[in-house]
Amino acid sequence: MYHKEKSIQVKNSASALYNNLGVLRIAPRHLTYFTVVHANVVNMVSASWDGLNYSHRQLQSKEPNVATSTSLIMQAAFCPLPSRDLLVVTSQKGIQMYESDGSIMVYWHALDTPETPTAQAVFSRGISAVRESYICVGVSSGAILVFDVPSKGSNITLSEVLKEHKESITDMAPECSGSQECIADLVSADDGGNLCVWKSGEDFQLLNNIPGFDISCPSVKLWKGTVVAGYGTGQIRLYEAVTGILHAEINAHARWIYSLDIAPFSGLLLSAAEDSLVRVWHLTMTPETNSVEVVHLHNECVTDTQICGAKFCDGDGYAFAVTGYDLSEIIRYTQS
Amino acid sequence: MIMAFKYQVLLCPRPKDLLLITYNHIDTIREFVKDTPVVGNKVDETHRKIIETYSSLPEGEFQLLRQTLLIFFQDMHIRVSLFLKNQLQNPNGRFSLSTSGPVPYGMDVPGLIRTFDRKGREVRRSEFPTGGSYTSPIRKGCFELHGDRVIRLGMNMYTVNHPEETHTSKAHSVKTDDTPNLLAKEELNLLARLMGSMKADDMPKTETGFQINLFPTDQEEEEEAETSSGAEEPLFGVINIQAMQDEQAATQLAQIVGQFAEGEEQPENLSSSKGDDLLAMMDDL
Repeated sequence: MYHKEKSIQVKNSASALYNNLGVLRIAPRHLTYFTVVHANVVNMVSASWDGLNYSHRQLQSKEPNVATSTSLIMQAAFCPLPSRDLLVVTSQKGIQMYESDGSIMVYWHALDTPETPTAQAVFSRGISAVRESYICVGVSSGAILVFDVPSKGSNITLSEVLKEHKESITDMAPECSGSQECIADLVSADDGGNLCVWKSGEDFQLLNNIPGFDISCPSVKLWKGTVVAGYGTGQIRLYEAVTGILHAEINAHARWIYSLDIAPFSGLLLSAAEDSLVRVWHLTMTPETNSVEVVHLHNECVTDTQICGAKFCDGDGYAFAVTGYDLSEIIRYTQS
Repeated sequence: MIMAFKYQVLLCPRPKDLLLITYNHIDTIREFVKDTPVVGNKVDETHRKIIETYSSLPEGEFQLLRQTLLIFFQDMHIRVSLFLKNQLQNPNGRFSLSTSGPVPYGMDVPGLIRTFDRKGREVRRSEFPTGGSYTSPIRKGCFELHGDRVIRLGMNMYTVNHPEETHTSKAHSVKTDDTPNLLAKEELNLLARLMGSMKADDMPKTETGFQINLFPTDQEEEEEAETSSGAEEPLFGVINIQAMQDEQAATQLAQIVGQFAEGEEQPENLSSSKGDDLLAMMDDL
């Protein structure tokens, strides 16, 4: 179903972090941007679709009062908004937002770090663009910071802090089907496997809280009102976002799941775990019966690699890319 | 051995099993010092402190701990002869990760999709091919002061049995290294010639055509008498070098060493400034 393409070489190897691959497709310029996090650096590659041109850039983590920061970056992700695309980088010290090509930093938000270091780690993790103009970022305390993003310029403001989660945020995802009918706009997940479903607005509204089982949920997606969550037990669960009803449960992987992605136009689901396997599934929604069907389509094994990032490169799921711990390349697969 | 540390952290089945690996280390230390109760008590105290501090840490935070450690180990691909020999590591320095075997405790064997109706009743089950061959989970290890840890990571790597190795190769016990004795004798001669400049090294130099095992397995150690510190023996077709017992060989070797040591002074002199040589020559005039 898929075959391996030529890999893209990256300057450094990928760190073992959840969701460690960012992909942004720039159709008008026939380019795709990729981001991979390595310790305190984000490696960006801009790849032309004809496979002939690759340009590289490195972004560093930032820290107040220090020239070069060693603070570890937890995640880097693209936030596509209707008016602009931004690249958000979250670290142990704060949140950096760049123009999508990484050329200019447009905003910096420092985390509240206690003056004397505590035993509890402090970091930001979990990034999502929501609806027209919001970017939400999670924090280790469980709080979610909601930023209001203007269509141009750097006048980004912190609009709200959502305090619902009690454990560190792991991942967040917006409703990606493009449908305006879906009530839920955002889902957030934490280290205890708890999922919160939100409606965006001037004041974000909590629609539902789906409790976890003390198993971390490192990766979550929201599509057509269905939450797709991957857990540390290797399970994937599909819930109806607003009601919390469990649609399906898949014993998908033999190790911790690190990344999920959905191709919104085709309903393809991608899952990747530390067990070296990437799996492709197909989700079908039946609105009449309000049911979801899951079918397994394909496996790819990345030999001797603990996978840490996997994303579709386009909305149909025609191609996907994979990163693994200690690998200095982005492996690509295309449909045959 | 940093690669051993990396191996244990990377292959740790569940993040919380980092504790079980640590307890394996502590159990072994306790065994070493069992004849000294004072030290043994300190080991127990350390163990208790670890239990107290880390037992209640949630799994997600253990994973963060493990991810941070993995950042430290990133890009290290030092080849270790023991790992290469047991096929735990590939020639390119990366560890081999198996897609078969028992799943970690608390996980389900992959392969099942269950669908539910709105009332929570299971309406369908289907299976999918996993691309590996997984079996039911291993038992839960003991997180207390004493008990069966179940996990083998963190135990003595130099014992012959390696149960965590799921590869079918049993090469380390039936190795077909048919080096005839003549070749072994030549190898020893080469070794003797190299003795002056040879450093103890546990990396295999494949071009020399023989293996040096500086860390014979416990079984082999039991079978052999004391060896002198500078002599190594090949793994199979074992030739015992017992310089202590064979005085004639010892004196011969001592002579060789003596000649070698004198020989070495010359290269050292060459490396000192040529000016000194010139002065020495001029003094002779």
